[in-house]
Order: sequence, then C-alpha cells, then structure tokens
Amino acid sequence: MQGIQLDLISEARISQMASMEKVRYIIDEVRKGKILVLEKGLNPMEEAKLIEMTMSAIQPDVFSGIEMQSYPSNTDASLLGKLFKKQSNKRLTVIGPANQLKTLKKDRNLISALVSASK
Amino acid sequence: MSMIKRFKLSFSKMFNKLFKKKGACIGIYGPPNAGKTTLSNRILKDWAGSEETMGSVSHIAHETRHAKRRNGITIETNGHTISLDIVDTPGLATKIDFHDFMEQGMSDVESKKRSKEATEGVIEAVKWLDDLDGVILVMDSTENPYTQVNVTVIGNMEARNLPLLIVANKIDLPNADPGVIKEAFPQHPLVPVSALEGVGMDSFYEALAKQFG
Ligand SMILES: Nc1nc2c(ncn2[C@@H]2O[C@H](COP(=O)(O)OP(=O)(O)O)[C@@H](O)[C@H]2O)c(=O)[nH]1
Ligand SMILES: [Mg+2]
Repeated sequence: MQGIQLDLISEARISQMASMEKVRYIIDEVRKGKILVLEKGLNPMEEAKLIEMTMSAIQPDVFSGIEMQSYPSNTDASLLGKLFKKQSNKRLTVIGPANQLKTLKKDRNLISALVSASK
Repeated sequence: MSMIKRFKLSFSKMFNKLFKKKGACIGIYGPPNAGKTTLSNRILKDWAGSEETMGSVSHIAHETRHAKRRNGITIETNGHTISLDIVDTPGLATKIDFHDFMEQGMSDVESKKRSKEATEGVIEAVKWLDDLDGVILVMDSTENPYTQVNVTVIGNMEARNLPLLIVANKIDLPNADPGVIKEAFPQHPLVPVSALEGVGMDSFYEALAKQFG
C-alpha cells in the first residue's frame, strides 16, 4: 500500500528525550516524509531551536522546511497566574514536511490539516 | 531560595530597571510580509527626523535578510520620553521554498540565492531572541493569526518573562480584522495600525512607552 506514514508519539516517548534529541528526531523523521503528531508539544525554546535547525536543513528541491501547528498557550497573565505558572504545556502538535502538510483552518481549539501524497 | 539569592535577584531586577531607562533593546518580529520593515521605517520617520530608513520594503517575502539595529530612538508620548534601540529582524518562518520567488518573476539562480539568504536571516532572527528586552510582534490583520511563528515568538517572550506588544497591522485593508488577533492572544496588549498609511500611530507609541518604557 502506498501512502504517508503518520506517527503518533506519546508524551512518555518524547519526555525521555533531551531537547536536542527531540529536535534532531523531528527533523530526521520529517525529512523522510513522515507526519508526526506529538501528544505533548515542544517548549518555546525547543520550538525556536527546531525553526533554526529546519532553516539549516533546507535544500532546493529536496527539503523546503516544515509545517508545524500547535495551540497557543493558555498562560494566565494575571499576577496569580504568573506566580503559580498555570501554563500547561500539554499541547498537541502536528509537524510534517511543508510540501505535504497544509493547514486548512486553525483556531484556539482546532487544527484542520490537509495531507497530500504527492510532493 | 536563600535570602541572599533572593536579594541578589531583586537587586539585579532593580539594576536592570535603572539600566533599561537608557534604552531597552526591542526586536520587531512576525511572519514574512507582515509589515515589520514598514513599521520600523515609520518609527524612524516619526522620530529620527531625517530621511533615514531601516530597510527596503517589498511585497515579495524575505526582503529583509539581515537584522538591522538602530540605537537611541527617542520617543515622546503623553509627556513621557523613552529611548529605545530597535532591531528590525527578518522575522521567523518554518519553510522557505525558492519556487515561491520564481513565481514572483525571479530567475532560478536569483530565487535560490534569496532562499539561501532567507534561511540564514531566520536563523539570525532566532538568535536575536536571546539578547532582547522586549518584542513588538507584527501581524497582518487580514491573515489567520494562529500560526506557529506567532505562537513561538509569544511563547519565548512568556518563558523569559519579557514584555510583548502585538501590532495588528494593515487595518487600511477592507478585510482586516484585528479582533481575531485579540481573540487568539488575549493575554497581551494589542494596537491596531496601518504602518503604511500611518494610522493608529499615536496609540502605538503610547503602548510602546507603557510596555517598554
Ligand atoms: N495595505 C498595507 N500594506 C502594508 C502595510 N504595511 C506593510 N504593507 C505592505 O506589505 C508588504 C510587506 O511589507 P514589509 O514591511 O517589507 O514586510 P516585512 O517582511 O514584515 O518586513 C509590502 O508590500 C508593504 O507595502 C499596511 O499597513 N497596509
Ligand atoms: Mg522586512
């Protein structure tokens, strides 16, 4: 059967990895053409690192980067919220090759994406 | 936390506060084509008094491929005077495809060169995040604000406890909807402007002084 591989990665799997391992793993898998769904997303610094490494990996006609979507944080900006760091970083994240994954619609609580088989 | 450590921390905060008066360093971020350079140029036009510009503006993405810093911009608003260093960055992107530049009429060679430089520009913008005192995040009010770039910039500022000001740009366009941006990121201050036409700039400078002054 021809198709696209979709990997659903549990929080347990991801949280075992160091930041650099996570980023490397994501880039390598996405470059193979896989779509990854992470049960627990990256933290903001890891996201920035991933963007940086994605830029280094871009090659004309080989790899044009990633499509990545996660939900905005629910940070409580009030003083109390800040003190108690209510921010939950349990954020579902979907990542795939930019030329195969297109975001159709996105809001606070919904990500709708189109996966295409042809590059 | 020990008393001494706590004292040191609050002392360094105080010190930073004193220091900040001399000009916080503020980065301008956002997706490609949001109007970062247009806004930077507008700030210079309003406060630098000369014909000086920060950089060139284009409808083709990734026109800015190096961060550019302008020190000591003095802004007067509501009786307050603040001095800021402004960094116009190439902004962030998760993908860069040279075909998009070819579609804009650039040659194959030109497009690949621009794309290579654009990737380096994004890396530069990511690295700048470590050296800033705050961020102006520019968004195009006609576009969906729920993009990874916006989420990542906001997340990085929140994690560092640094101030952020969202600019909902391009409100001169008929389909602009700054309300959608407010809904997406309700925890941060937002000012609707048209950097191109200079609409909403007074409120922008007031918000700037409030956030970074
Ligand atoms: N209609 C409208 N267009 C704008 C506005 N600000 C910028 N633009 C246009 O958007 C495009 C990208 O602007 P630029 O400043 O280069 O964006 P940057 O990539 O974020 O630096 C250019 O064609 C600008 O003329 C605005 O307030 N209104
Ligand atoms: Mg620019």
